[in-house]
Amino acid sequence: MSEDVHLSQICMDFGSFRAVNNVEVTIKPGEFFSFLGPSGCGKTTILRLISGFMEPTQGAVKIGGKDMKGIRPNARPTALIFQNLALFPLMPVWENITFGLEVRGVSKEIRRAKAEELLQLVDLHDSADKRVSQLSGGQKQRVAIARALAVEPKVMLLDEPLSALDLKLRQHMRAELRAIQKRTGVTFIYITHDQGEALAMSDRVGVMSQGVLQQVATPQEIYNNPVNGFVASFVGENNVIAGKVTSVSGGMAQFETAKGSFQAKLDAAVGMGDEAKLFVRPEFCSLRPANEAKVNSIPVEVNEIAFEGNFVNVFVRDQAGDTHMVQMQNDPSVPPPAPHTACQMVFNPESCMILSEAATSRHGH
Amino acid sequence: MQELIRRYGISLSVMMAAMTAFWLLALVVIPNLVLFKFSFRLYLPVDQLGGPNDVYTLKNYVTFFNSPIHINVFFLTILYSSLVTIICLAITYPLAYILAKVLKPTDTATFFLVLLIPLWVSEILRSFAWFIILSMQGPLNAILTGIGLIDKPIRWISGFQSVVIGLVYAYILFMLFPIYNAIQALDTNQIEASQDLGASTWRTHWRVVIPHAKPGIASGCVMVFMLCAGSVVVPTTLASTNSRWFTEIIQQWMFEGLDWNVGSAYAFLLLALCILFVSLVMRVLNVRLVDIAK
Repeated sequence: MSEDVHLSQICMDFGSFRAVNNVEVTIKPGEFFSFLGPSGCGKTTILRLISGFMEPTQGAVKIGGKDMKGIRPNARPTALIFQNLALFPLMPVWENITFGLEVRGVSKEIRRAKAEELLQLVDLHDSADKRVSQLSGGQKQRVAIARALAVEPKVMLLDEPLSALDLKLRQHMRAELRAIQKRTGVTFIYITHDQGEALAMSDRVGVMSQGVLQQVATPQEIYNNPVNGFVASFVGENNVIAGKVTSVSGGMAQFETAKGSFQAKLDAAVGMGDEAKLFVRPEFCSLRPANEAKVNSIPVEVNEIAFEGNFVNVFVRDQAGDTHMVQMQNDPSVPPPAPHTACQMVFNPESCMILSEAATSRHGH
Repeated sequence: MQELIRRYGISLSVMMAAMTAFWLLALVVIPNLVLFKFSFRLYLPVDQLGGPNDVYTLKNYVTFFNSPIHINVFFLTILYSSLVTIICLAITYPLAYILAKVLKPTDTATFFLVLLIPLWVSEILRSFAWFIILSMQGPLNAILTGIGLIDKPIRWISGFQSVVIGLVYAYILFMLFPIYNAIQALDTNQIEASQDLGASTWRTHWRVVIPHAKPGIASGCVMVFMLCAGSVVVPTTLASTNSRWFTEIIQQWMFEGLDWNVGSAYAFLLLALCILFVSLVMRVLNVRLVDIAK
């Protein structure tokens, strides 16, 4: 039903601009894989390389072990869901869905039956004869998915298809997409700049920046053990402090900064004496009374409190004027400190990391 | 109208409306109504005007139906106008597609400029240019014999050949622009989606591009057809001994026979039958007038 996709040392140049730089990754059969990155990081280019609308400058795209070089989009075992969906407005819903079968010469009766079946699958009943313009955003989304599934692709490519939907519908469609993927077992390659989408839906995530694949790992691994500063700051929130490694022992390091000296886990890419940055997530920070002596503490003053419902974000300012964020669970019995309270922000050495900047060429993994 | 007033103020709006009304009434509707009235009156000596013979009659129209030669010329005009329309469509559709979807926008602009420059020259001059190009000792024959494609010069100006060539050249841009606009408005993702779903290039055009461009195609066809059927300059300039165009007969009635009455009757017959023909074709192709107006 599904095939693996192997991107073998792919480079893509547009004139002198290198949009994709030496990307090497194997996406397993039946996997839900996301490429996550800011706009312009090359993720859409990767999708177009896989679907065949572009040929890589260097390297090869292999689907099911077969080199796709010279194979046009209409002959590849992939189906692409466009960002704007690109449904055919002049055809009714059922003809849209079975367009891929129509071009393969399937008879009208079979196509009609297949359309009904797929409409059931995407939970869209009694819409076969509607016009595309009569559908809501979410319904159009489902038609686009059904249309792509109709050709029984080995690999489904999705180019930020949820970005046009409102928040509630987007969250609903996330679960829906995931369920359809599990039901059909097709390899899904999903492109997004939304880390929430990528983390919630994917088996594995590939984080990209400036054409380079920074890290490929499970969502948990990406979040908990980012390989570099780019991944750490792009995925989730972080408090960042710049400094220099002064001593190393057993994976832990002493880190000297303008805000004091800290102990933290040291990434393998950073060595003794290197300039680097310390990253600590807001949920691993806490606020303590100012007079308590602690390791890894910064004297701060509470600046602003944002109540988010299930958690509370406390924004604090240190003596240099930099803002940090401390996230606490909402607990009525432990209210957050009032603004202008002087206290100290502390964090455990085990829960912060010293990382290098983003890789500008391929990162080993 | 209220929107117009809000935007441009009352005086400017009235001026624009008045100018449009003047153009429509004084230059289109009233002259046509006068000719329409002429077509039902007899061509009489001045002293009989207002006399007992000056009555409304269908005699001018009957003249046409009693003349097999004129009927023949009429149908040949329709036939060759259709042929010109089809040739224009065959040339411009691929061209419009390339301009709209294949070339870079900057190249498209250059291309359009090159296409438009000949339009700055008057139609008569351009027709004469073709007369020279197509003549026996002209450059076309010289080139074709020169590169060895033909042994001896071809008589281009014979039958309707030269008229068809001249008309295609004169009106091809009226086909190109509406089709270009229609294809340009098509979301490129739709073309790619069609390819991605397995459609061949041909199938993508047939199912996605052409249905989308149909109003533009219809609009271009109607324009080219009407312009051809009503053309005078090209069929006169590039005529051979056996290629009469219906407008030439109208012109003969009016300016050689000085019989404006029969001439008007012929003109309205041409108009009526062209409209009938166009609406028939539109019905067959399932295109509505509102689509064309877009």
